[in-house]
Amino acid sequence: MDIDDALQTFLDECRELLVDMEAALLAVDGTQANDELVNAVFRAAHTIKGSAGLFALDPIVSFTHVVENVLDKVRSGKLALGQSLVALLLACGDHIGALVDGVAAGFRQGDPELLLQGEPLTAQLGEFLKEFRAHASPVRSRAVATPQQEPVRRIGGQNADADHWHISVRFGADVLRNGMDPLSFIRYLATMGTLSTIETVTDALPAANALDPEACYLGFEIAFLCNTTKAAIEQVFEFVQDDCQLVILPPNSLISEYVDLIAAQHGEPDRLGDMLVRCGTLTPQELDHALDVQVDSPDKAIGTILVEQGSVQPEVVDAALTKQKQNRESGAAESKSIRVDADKLDQLINLVGELIIAGASVNMIAQRAQVPALTEAISKLATLVEDVRDSALQLRMVKIGATFNRFSRVVHDVARDLGKDIALQIAGEETELDKTVVEKIGDPLMHLVRNAMDHGIESAALRATRGKPAQGTLKLNAFHDSGAIVITVQDDGGGLPRDKIFAKAVERGLVDGAQHLSDEEVFALIFEPGFSTAEKVTNLSGRGVGLDVVKRNITALRGTVAVSSQAGLGTTVTVRLPLTLAIIDGFLVGVGRAVYAIPLDMIEECVKYSAEPGHDYTNLRGEVLPFIRLREVFSISGQALKGENIVVLKHAGQKAGLVVDTLLGEFQTVIKPLGALFASSKCVSGSTILGSGDVALILDVPALVRQAMDQGSAAQAERCASAA
Amino acid sequence: MSAPNVLRIEGEFTIFRAAELMPVLLAQPPVTEIDLSGVTEIDTAGVQLLMATKKEALRAGRELHLSGHSPAVLDVFELLNVAAFFGDQLVMDSRASTAHARS
Repeated sequence: MDIDDALQTFLDECRELLVDMEAALLAVDGTQANDELVNAVFRAAHTIKGSAGLFALDPIVSFTHVVENVLDKVRSGKLALGQSLVALLLACGDHIGALVDGVAAGFRQGDPELLLQGEPLTAQLGEFLKEFRAHASPVRSRAVATPQQEPVRRIGGQNADADHWHISVRFGADVLRNGMDPLSFIRYLATMGTLSTIETVTDALPAANALDPEACYLGFEIAFLCNTTKAAIEQVFEFVQDDCQLVILPPNSLISEYVDLIAAQHGEPDRLGDMLVRCGTLTPQELDHALDVQVDSPDKAIGTILVEQGSVQPEVVDAALTKQKQNRESGAAESKSIRVDADKLDQLINLVGELIIAGASVNMIAQRAQVPALTEAISKLATLVEDVRDSALQLRMVKIGATFNRFSRVVHDVARDLGKDIALQIAGEETELDKTVVEKIGDPLMHLVRNAMDHGIESAALRATRGKPAQGTLKLNAFHDSGAIVITVQDDGGGLPRDKIFAKAVERGLVDGAQHLSDEEVFALIFEPGFSTAEKVTNLSGRGVGLDVVKRNITALRGTVAVSSQAGLGTTVTVRLPLTLAIIDGFLVGVGRAVYAIPLDMIEECVKYSAEPGHDYTNLRGEVLPFIRLREVFSISGQALKGENIVVLKHAGQKAGLVVDTLLGEFQTVIKPLGALFASSKCVSGSTILGSGDVALILDVPALVRQAMDQGSAAQAERCASAA
Repeated sequence: MSAPNVLRIEGEFTIFRAAELMPVLLAQPPVTEIDLSGVTEIDTAGVQLLMATKKEALRAGRELHLSGHSPAVLDVFELLNVAAFFGDQLVMDSRASTAHARS
């Protein structure tokens, strides 16, 4: 492993830990401080500190150390985790984040400016510590060699009560070369508890002439006093996990387990046993006994031996075995997920895309050849390719929860700044969507959330006069709806001022004052460029991003945004995004000689062409269905064939018909972006390559539906919408 | 016994210099004393090298002392509890404590 790779892993891990820490802190803020949450915060800080130590990132270590000290006091119940401390710790988390980013930018020893920023925080943390120290006992000093009869033997050999963890570790030869120093692990371990005894195992050290000065030959037997978990100790050695032999025995383990340890670790059994004795883990008698018996009856499990001898009860052995099993199982669960470079995934998706295109052309040739066996084989292959596609895309799917949870911090901070009391309710965190979409939706959502808090939710005083609870509520929700993911940002504020918006739009020349607009249309104006609620700008919305940018970003993702609002009750912004950006199930339709693909999820049904004479709408089982002719949209020459079809499209609760010549069936569509040349073309969202090698355009359904709606008279459109 | 051959190591005694220091430590005529007072930093590789040198000396029945342990060396020796391995007089934490050789 390259040190830079390791550093990258560290940086990623730090950022994840900081997110965890923040989430836990916010949860603490919301509810009664609970041990689990405090522990989570502490763990995060602690792990960051430890890992930073490995990379000798001193600024992070020293700062996190202070944070950890405070957290430690909280954890031991000596310091209350109040509002002010939570706010301070959140700020500290941010500072650590900044330091981590600094490292990413190359400031190994800290950007001097950043370090200065950290000082007030350290001072504030110091205040908390000082408060505590006023009535605390002096810090226990580290166990060092104390004058004794036998200074070397620090724990008496006879009283092996083994109430400490026993850690046995042999480092791999490459550890040093990989830039890891076993010393740092041990130093780190020392920060978690007390190293009561260490024995350095030098058995593997070869004769001087065979020594490779850069290989590591050492191992350690460590008696370790602490109140931590096995996993936490394992984590200390996480960076060398694959490169060392690590056995961790919990306090009061069975003697058999120590014997197993002696057998498992390489090194002379007698010497190892001796070391266990010196560590105070075993008494000499216990050791002799266990070793002798083991030699006498090699076939028997040590547990059995001990049971037969009556030194342990059978249940104890069972319990120990179950415990071991649990440990193993929890280990297995941890290793169920792996980190993969996003680039590699993208490459996989691209390859799958190519595979689908190639598969389509093979399919076509097979159909032309009309060999039944071939057709059958191809259809089986096609099913597999489809499965591969789905699982490849699934790999890129991530839950939106992480993105949502980021907002709890934003809401917390912004509410504080605004002096409003706002609660965030999150629903649908489990909803999955493509990673690339998730990455790009964060900023637009952030703006919507800030906007809702700043302009949507009223001040507590105003809320009181309106008879609403003093605490405003902001709801974030996500769910799947016909091949799209829908994200809603809902506030229970005052609603949008329809008349003001309309007046402003007229003033800005966006609409004609005489125009009659529906509420939806008026509200949609706030997303128009040039429409700004300038007189209301505060430091929050003054971020240089207008709502028009939000709309542009969402449109760039092939998504749409809509607003609904009720005066006095609140506003809901609905963002619809396609599930994936890469491959979709498409439906091919033909007009003249051209072929077009429509995302299958957006097709409700296909019906035979019929029309009310002289009108561009049809009667779909008693509903008015406005339609547009694809031939006209793309100005395709030639006469319509007899037996045209209508494809019923559905988008955001609205339906519209699309008149096409022929229906060509389902097709797996790999979306290829259109070049910049076509950026301004309407009704087309991308292109795809057919089995024949021809290019088909992918229709932009939302745009088509809108166009169909516009064509129908407003009254008809409204009737249609309410019917749908 | 021949005249003492004192080797003084200065600066870092770490993995970065392990390859360079090994031949010096194992040079002929054999080193009888290693002066560690100038060591500013020592890591596992350094400790390991010292141990190998000591082992080699023991094998050949020669004397090898470490002396003048700098704070950096003391810190690591104490952490790893290896003072006894070398069997030299050590002063730890300003409390006199004599370490006895066990090997």
